[in-house]
Amino acid sequence: MSSTVTHEAAVHRDYGGAKIGMWLFLFTEIVLFGGLFILYSAYRTKYPHEFHAAGQELNYIIGVINTVVLLTSSLSMALSITAVQKGRQRLATWLVGLTVILGALFLVNKYVEWSAKIHHGLYPNGPELLKLPPGEGLFLGLYFTMTGLHGLHVVAGMIVLSIMLVLLAKQRVHQDDYVKLENAGLYWHLVDVIWIFLLPLFYLAA
Amino acid sequence: MTTMTAGAVYGEGSFLASSGRTGLLAWILSTDHKRIGILYLVSMLTFFLVGMTIGVLMRLEQLTIGPTIMQPQTYNAMFTLHGVIMIFLFVIPGLPASMGNFFLPILIGAKDVAFPRLNLISWYLFIGGAVLAVLSMFTGSGPPDTGWTFYAPYSIRTGTNVSLAVFAAFVLGFSSILTGINFVTTIHRLRAPGMTWHRMPLFPWSLYATGWIQILATPIISITLLLVIVERVFGIGVFDPAKGGDPILYQHLFWIYSHPAVYVMILPAMGAVSEIIPTFAHRTIFGYRAIAYSSIAIAALGSLVWAHHMFTSGMSEFANMIFSLLTFLVAIPSAIKVFNWVATLYKGSIDLQPPMLYALTFIFLFCIGGLTGVMQGALALNVHLHDTYFIVGHFHYVMFGGTGIAFFAALLYWFPKMSGKMYNRRVANVAWFPIFIGFNMLYFTMLTLGFEGMPRRYYDHLPQFHAGHVVATVGSWFLVAGILMLLGNFVVALFKGEKAETNPWGGITLEWTVPSPPPTENFEEVPSITHGPYEFNPVAGR
Repeated sequence: MSSTVTHEAAVHRDYGGAKIGMWLFLFTEIVLFGGLFILYSAYRTKYPHEFHAAGQELNYIIGVINTVVLLTSSLSMALSITAVQKGRQRLATWLVGLTVILGALFLVNKYVEWSAKIHHGLYPNGPELLKLPPGEGLFLGLYFTMTGLHGLHVVAGMIVLSIMLVLLAKQRVHQDDYVKLENAGLYWHLVDVIWIFLLPLFYLAA
Repeated sequence: MTTMTAGAVYGEGSFLASSGRTGLLAWILSTDHKRIGILYLVSMLTFFLVGMTIGVLMRLEQLTIGPTIMQPQTYNAMFTLHGVIMIFLFVIPGLPASMGNFFLPILIGAKDVAFPRLNLISWYLFIGGAVLAVLSMFTGSGPPDTGWTFYAPYSIRTGTNVSLAVFAAFVLGFSSILTGINFVTTIHRLRAPGMTWHRMPLFPWSLYATGWIQILATPIISITLLLVIVERVFGIGVFDPAKGGDPILYQHLFWIYSHPAVYVMILPAMGAVSEIIPTFAHRTIFGYRAIAYSSIAIAALGSLVWAHHMFTSGMSEFANMIFSLLTFLVAIPSAIKVFNWVATLYKGSIDLQPPMLYALTFIFLFCIGGLTGVMQGALALNVHLHDTYFIVGHFHYVMFGGTGIAFFAALLYWFPKMSGKMYNRRVANVAWFPIFIGFNMLYFTMLTLGFEGMPRRYYDHLPQFHAGHVVATVGSWFLVAGILMLLGNFVVALFKGEKAETNPWGGITLEWTVPSPPPTENFEEVPSITHGPYEFNPVAGR
């Protein structure tokens, strides 16, 4: 039987198949956030002034710093894949490690930002938030939901990249088989791209 | 199931015989697409029986005026659970997860799906979601009473256990997404040499269209259901009018998924029927490309008609008209399929075996379901019919008369291949009579009751509707008796059936070239495809 088994799935790794699967998964992530973007645009059309006013509650400096952090992490992610392709396993490991650290830095920033809001009573059903006009409450509600869901994706991305660190160390990801790292990179870039949309919609809304 | 692993019974090499592990572990740890298909099949049929029991109890409640066997709150929970179980645990995974898993790789000449481990994970998610759904019935403050649509703001405010039920649906959606990704990738990457897109059988075509809907529509319901939970826990107010939110937006988001989802339910059924009809008419299918592309057209157009569920919700007249027009358009590709099936029969040499009998029943019942759907697409009529038994009748004609009966047809068609055993064909034919008669007594009566004004989801009914309700309830008894007879026939066949031949029906697609049951690797040699799937006389063909 062994002589007749030449089928692609059974014997060979299917590089193209793995990439197709990952892209299809990314489509689902985009649509997942798409539902929230639909809500955002519907309510922004309904409450333009309230959205403008509530946008001033957000500190765009923190938003921009986080954007720089995430963009840099995407750079280190992309570099790590090139490093693996060129067979520089150690460098790739360091670069993936750097990506995870930058992800953590993003979350620390987010934590500082959120806790300041919560401290001021500006959280869903919070005392200050309920005093605001309905549209402003919705803006902050959407802010917490969308950046929260994005934050969960950052955490998921960090977990995936940590697994990649292990695989790199165990030589399970290497010069001849790096599609897992590439797919992890695609996921990380998606998380980054979604943030690129969140920044203007929330921080620059004012 | 453990008895099925005996190698002596099925011969060496069969996927039912050869496995390193034994007992239940041989199944729940297997990444073989055929075993996963059977795992899905058995679990889904179990849920189907639960959902059916709930349905029968609801019909029983309507047998008399006033309380019959349950209290109003129980009735509310019953129609919610009936909907959730039947939709999320039976018809949505339905044909793709069971027959699709088993036969998609075989039909395209592959050894397995593209991601076998992901395939097993999606079954675990399915079971996990099912367990959560069951838990939501018995924990917290009572089973959900919102209906399967979980409409806001009621789903935000009700004290019942909505959060857990909604989370269950979220997990089930994730399982559905993974199956979709797996199938689309499989069809792109793993077709056998020579299996071009236009030589691919029509069941894989329908699964391809279905896969895309699962990928692109399901995440919308995921986020919507998550928002229901976020609303209930944190109260951000996106669906709460008191906080400036708009409950109509919930309905939009819900139907953006849930309307395409009905095509997730019906497309694979149409694909299975497209396999059965040429086999038993012994001639090539009429309009192969039209059927294949109409699947894609249904998937595309079906994504643009969601708001026809909301004509009475207070949308603008202009939006209503646009969605009404689009709704009429989606009837066209469905009709193309029906005409092509019927044209295939013309001058065919028709052999009315049980699968064919059920497939023809599918066409008949689906036509009633489809045409009553077109009726509701008309705005003026929709106002009259909205939220009546007419909707319930229409939906059951499409989903049960369509998908359900096609599911039975597919099971009758492929059961000998899956199990290696032939069922008693006479019993299957006899079971058809109570199913057909009971079905129409039950659901055609619902259509007329709805037209006269009987609202859906009501616990009780007025005296003028009483005769109709009695007829429908009696019909449900016939229907259930027929279904139990049909399914019982399969169980008997597993233990006592004669051995099935490799090709009991004279089919010419690839699954009939491999032994029954198929070997673990599906094919001894990778098949090489030289002609279209239904060319009964390849010499005369291309």
